[in-house]
Amino acid sequence: MFTFAVGSGLSIASILLAVIVLAAMLIWVERRLLGFWQERLGPNRVGWFGIFQVVADMIKIFTKEDWVPPFADRLSFVLAPAIIMVVVLMSFAVIPFTPEIGVIDSNIGVLFVLAMASLGAYSVMLGGLSSNNKYALLGSLRAAAQMVSYEVFMGISLLGVIVLAGSFNLREIVESQADGWYIIPQCIGFLIFLIAGVAESHRLPFDIPEAEQEICAGYHTEYSGMKFGMFFVGEYLGLVLISSLITVLFFGGWLGPSFLPPIVWFALKAGFFIAFFILMRAALPRPRYDQLMSYGWLFLLPLSLLNLLITGVVVLNTL
Amino acid sequence: MFSLIRDTLLSQAVTLWRVFRKLFVKADTVQYPDEQPYMFPRWRGRIILSRDPDGEERCVACNLCAVACPVDCIALQKTETEDGRWYPEFFRINFSRCIMCGFCEEACPTNAIQLTPDFEMAEYVRQDMVWEKEDLLIDGTGKYHDYNFYRVAGKQVAGKDKGEALNEAEPVDVRSLLP
Repeated sequence: MFTFAVGSGLSIASILLAVIVLAAMLIWVERRLLGFWQERLGPNRVGWFGIFQVVADMIKIFTKEDWVPPFADRLSFVLAPAIIMVVVLMSFAVIPFTPEIGVIDSNIGVLFVLAMASLGAYSVMLGGLSSNNKYALLGSLRAAAQMVSYEVFMGISLLGVIVLAGSFNLREIVESQADGWYIIPQCIGFLIFLIAGVAESHRLPFDIPEAEQEICAGYHTEYSGMKFGMFFVGEYLGLVLISSLITVLFFGGWLGPSFLPPIVWFALKAGFFIAFFILMRAALPRPRYDQLMSYGWLFLLPLSLLNLLITGVVVLNTL
Repeated sequence: MFSLIRDTLLSQAVTLWRVFRKLFVKADTVQYPDEQPYMFPRWRGRIILSRDPDGEERCVACNLCAVACPVDCIALQKTETEDGRWYPEFFRINFSRCIMCGFCEEACPTNAIQLTPDFEMAEYVRQDMVWEKEDLLIDGTGKYHDYNFYRVAGKQVAGKDKGEALNEAEPVDVRSLLP
């Protein structure tokens, strides 16, 4: 119970705590990094280097009025922010952090993550629909369109990895990368998954469902207080999840030279991708959503199918 | 196909790299209360009333500043001393309306009203933003050290008769026929 092992209480508790605290800290990390990349300083007043900015934000968000608009559909309005937190946290269950730390050792890990990601779209759609607000509806409309276009090739781009590893189990995928990370044979799959992952976590440049400059805040226009906070933290949790998935699937998860413990290797790799996602937000402009859809259907989907085909041919020939 | 890749991936990668390089560029931010910015001497900030080199008030209560003021934040009342000098009985600037445009300074014929680089004028009570003459008056000459209106103007005051000002000719007796 109180030792680190897959599925032990200590393991589960520390994953839950670490992931939520990390997601909250990312609010500060992102603002700071964005600041540096825009030749500013970012929040640096509260605590050392502004590290307690998160605490200040939390105090603000908890003491805010938790308002449900009278014209909203109350049940789904309240349900929507809970869904995103639950499904993203559920996805962390199958992520293998180290050989010892993890919640379950599932044979269908990859499928479970993809299923949870699809469920996450319900949060966005319900949130927009129940708000009874034009901008929110536009946001959820875009979210639905975006989900339809990226989820297909997101799944297909992972099939190359699964073919090479011969397993849906994320733990076995990591172990099979002991003699070479999948980034080398699957670099196209990696690029496609990276793009799909950005769209999945609604991050810039693909934050089309919430595009502030166009449609207020999109699906969470009507949300305030902790309900908004859950959407917000849910988005950062999604960012951590996608970075962890990239690490696990393409960059050998916890594997690395033994002078550092496995968890440090995992954190370093995932942290690199979190920083990369923030850099994308600082640098790239947002496409129109018809551009995203045609890019997805006409370019990335054929490319991912081609990648799968070539991987299949190579694997069959070397058997 | 090639142009699609170039437009979608390569140009984005170049942008990412250029933004990433900003990590090693010094931030433009001036951390204001800790780090004071250099304020230029001609900055248009808090308004003062200056004195001439003799230590007398420069303001002659001509009301031109109050007329020029686009937000009507200046109020004053003219009065005179016994030796003939004009001065404001009261001079009041409502800094909660002032927009620091500097029109009053440009309108002033005697260089009395001047704008200074000070801008830190926040108050907790709105009434404290209204400054009276004793708050506005400074002891020095401000930006113009030598100018003394009553020494260059033709106005007659005690101790300086007609024609005694700098560069001023003796008054002509228009009723005399002598050259």
